[in-house]
Amino acid sequence: MSPKTVETTTAPAAGELPEHVLKFIEQTRLLPHPESYLIAVLQMLQKHFGYLPAKSLDTVSQLMQIPSAKVTGVATFYHFFTFVPKGKHTISVCLGTACYVKGAGILVDRLKEMLGVEVGAASKDGLFTLEVARCVGACALAPVVIVDDKVYANVKPDELVKILSKYGYKPK
Amino acid sequence: MPTTPLAQVLKMRHEAISRLFDAKFKAITRITVGSATCENAAGANPVYDRFVHLFGQNKKPGVALGRVGCAGRCDLEPVVTVISKGKIPVKYVKMTPAKVDKVFESHVLGGKVVEEYTMEHVAGLRQFKKIVSVCHGAGCIKKNLGVEKAFQDAITELGLGDSVAVTRSACQGLCERGPVAFVYPDSTVYQKVTPEIAKKIVEKHLHGGKPIAEHTWSGKRLANRFLPIYGNVQFFGKQLRLTLRNCGVIDPENLDEYLAVQGYEALGHVLTNMSQKEVIDAVTKSGLRGRGGGGYPAGRKWQIAYDQKSDQKYFICNADEGDPGAFMDRSTIEGDPHTILEGLMIGGYAIGADKGFVYIRAEYPMAIQRLEKAIADARAAGLLGKNILGSKFNFDIELRLGAGAFVCGEETALLASIEGSRGMPHPRPPYPTVSGLWGKPTCINNVETLANVPVVIIDGPAWFSSIGTPKSKGTKVFSLAGKVNNTGLIEVPMGTTLREVVYDVGGGIKGGKNFKAVQTGGPAGGCLPESTLDTPVDYDSLAAAGSIMGSGGMIVMDEDSCMVDVARFFLEFTQDESCGKCTPCREGTKRMLEMLERITAGKGKEGDVEKLLRLADTVRKASLCGLGQAAPNPVISTITHFRDEYDAHIREKKCPAGVCAALVTYTIIADKCVGCTACARKCPVQCISGAPKKVHVINQDACIKCGQCLLACKFDAVLRK
Ligand SMILES: Cc1cc2nc3c(=O)[nH]c(=O)nc-3n(C[C@H](O)[C@H](O)[C@H](O)COP(=O)(O)O)c2cc1C
Ligand code: SF4
Ligand code: SF4
Ligand code: SF4
Ligand code: FES
Repeated sequence: MSPKTVETTTAPAAGELPEHVLKFIEQTRLLPHPESYLIAVLQMLQKHFGYLPAKSLDTVSQLMQIPSAKVTGVATFYHFFTFVPKGKHTISVCLGTACYVKGAGILVDRLKEMLGVEVGAASKDGLFTLEVARCVGACALAPVVIVDDKVYANVKPDELVKILSKYGYKPK
Repeated sequence: MPTTPLAQVLKMRHEAISRLFDAKFKAITRITVGSATCENAAGANPVYDRFVHLFGQNKKPGVALGRVGCAGRCDLEPVVTVISKGKIPVKYVKMTPAKVDKVFESHVLGGKVVEEYTMEHVAGLRQFKKIVSVCHGAGCIKKNLGVEKAFQDAITELGLGDSVAVTRSACQGLCERGPVAFVYPDSTVYQKVTPEIAKKIVEKHLHGGKPIAEHTWSGKRLANRFLPIYGNVQFFGKQLRLTLRNCGVIDPENLDEYLAVQGYEALGHVLTNMSQKEVIDAVTKSGLRGRGGGGYPAGRKWQIAYDQKSDQKYFICNADEGDPGAFMDRSTIEGDPHTILEGLMIGGYAIGADKGFVYIRAEYPMAIQRLEKAIADARAAGLLGKNILGSKFNFDIELRLGAGAFVCGEETALLASIEGSRGMPHPRPPYPTVSGLWGKPTCINNVETLANVPVVIIDGPAWFSSIGTPKSKGTKVFSLAGKVNNTGLIEVPMGTTLREVVYDVGGGIKGGKNFKAVQTGGPAGGCLPESTLDTPVDYDSLAAAGSIMGSGGMIVMDEDSCMVDVARFFLEFTQDESCGKCTPCREGTKRMLEMLERITAGKGKEGDVEKLLRLADTVRKASLCGLGQAAPNPVISTITHFRDEYDAHIREKKCPAGVCAALVTYTIIADKCVGCTACARKCPVQCISGAPKKVHVINQDACIKCGQCLLACKFDAVLRK
């Protein structure tokens, strides 16, 4: 029994991928081992959408001629990828060793309480997604909290309200 | 038109220096602002911008402004260094734009140092006019009979005690010239110092101001580049910076600056004067071992890859750095990206590869961006691509980004990830050197391993192997973090003891607390107690003590850290990162984690520790890759060294360090409580009672152990135990 190959009988729904990603996929076709750029493509999509929409994965599978089982397999293997839409801002608490030793666990608990969410989920108002990270390489400044691209150093639990207020957080 | 690759590199350096000359190196005063992930997090950008703004308003000739990578003092960032010819560099720490205004006004324009912002002032150290640093490496100390004392005595005799300090340095790789002593800020190196010569140095040089030429050593070594920006003897004295030789010294985004400090000279030399075999022999002779954790001899790995017959070979730099608590590779790349490229190219030449990859974590955006720029600049300068420097050697480098999977640092998983698959390890053999990327011979080395390669080539394998211990040569970079005073990036000669790292370089434990353990090797390593502090840092000694060298994460823990919780933390990490391919790792770590969770929740049973050890043994022996094989290490080492803490959790249901939430209690110390009511107002379950100005009491049955009261109390009256 041979597995069904993905045939591009129907035109790929290219519209679901942003222009620059389509272009990138186009370029990889000319390179050796084009399939090895799958992770890079997924990274671009995650960056663009904030998560990986199911439909876009199908399109990637078709355009890159990679079985969709493999695309899903890869996307689910790596922590970096998520499948649910994110809040407007992403709060990421480092739970690496240095941060943990310096009390980052308390920060996570406090944030869960403040936002009323579990790790990985977006707050009800869609403003924040709470995530935990593995060492961001700023251990000397532990504990660190990253909001979008900004790194906050030596964060104390009491400072969280002030930090989040900059992003529109209103204390309950 | 220069003919050889080496001549071309030298010409490029010449041009680079002349381009920089006016802008920077001729400047009498050079101001550098740190710029790395950590520096920027600490607020370096506004500091730099403020300088730019002030320079725009006030043109001062002879002063240059630049950005450099992290020099290592992460706890004091942002750091601004002002280097004036012939003076001890002034390091301003914890800078803000407002402080910049003052420094600019007073120091840059007026020549007067702003004492209260200096590192010495902030760290409570004394400022000296001159510093004598006597080498305390093994080579020198054998011959160093009374030199240090002779310096001291002569200084006291001449009454120079207030302006001259005597300190000790680590091996600086000058053993054959030893005993050696350094005088700062002049960066004079005295060789073969005897007590008589020491006395003369004090009289003529320290007192009279004239170096004694006949006793100085005037050779050049890459490692010595660090001398001019030496600013804090305590922190830097015990260090020797080979890998980090340019970090914090040059602007990482400027190829000219790298060229100016002998950058790409090793490459030029290799392409001009050395056969592939000779390069491999040099690396073998140097004794360089892999810095990614395993410690496999780099030369041997290259030899195997070289021996394979194949139409295509690859060379990969492993910059995945997944160990939570390690930032050496990030800092090295952010501070000196061209060094990595140069090491990679030399490796590629040696084994016969024409394509290189750097596999780097997506979590390191700044390192990625700097590597991208370095690759583009090198390519534009003809240092990368086809027919490099006219040598017929082709080599190109591509970046591949990880996507957040720790196991992808393992070499076979890394290959799978580059190929675009799930990053799952494969059984070895075949090793990647035989069958790697797309089945082709592939050599994989860590960032730090590669950063050492140009040093081996330029300063020679014999010199390189003179540093370190018989089986571990050279230096090791550590990211020192946790509960020490000086957290940051450090590099010490192999053989330095843990005690020297924690107490001399690290400045001891924060807040005067008691040392409990030092963790090396991350989730694959172990926790070492006080009794092992005299262990020298090298591959074999650390393994014998029950930990591993690992890639260089070093986390210091004090009395407030619970060792059972630490073991649980690491296991939670490995459990989460287990790729799930093999049962011992996937299931074994899960069961071990459950047991540890029970113990930390106060539900441990007699015999749990034995069960843990038994399971640990199975997981260690039966797992497929290094992740599973090493996962039990943190558990085993904490049980070996801190069995009493396990027993306290299991038998007395107590967490001696007061960390495990389920086992701690919050109580109010009656003597200290002033009845301010702050705690009662913060307590989310209103379980604290007491009238204003009266002692407050916690109702233990209702307390949910949230810790709010501890944070609220300004009088240290709440006790967590
Ligand atoms: C789970 C696991 C994670 C690893 N992570 C890294 C890493 O982040 N960086 C690294 O250089 N080596 C890592 N290694 C070691 C690599 O497999 C490999 O030995 C190393 O990159 C070889 O380079 P070296 O000989 O220069 O050390 C890891 C190994 C294992 C088992
Ligand atoms: S030991 Fe763990 S990480 Fe390694 S292959 Fe087995 S399951 Fe995967
Ligand atoms: S730990 Fe929390 S619940 Fe317990 S007394 Fe303090 S504030 Fe109240
Ligand atoms: S905050 Fe401290 S001092 Fe004030 S009532 Fe509570 S325990 Fe007493
Ligand atoms: S552990 Fe948090 S930055 Fe490293």
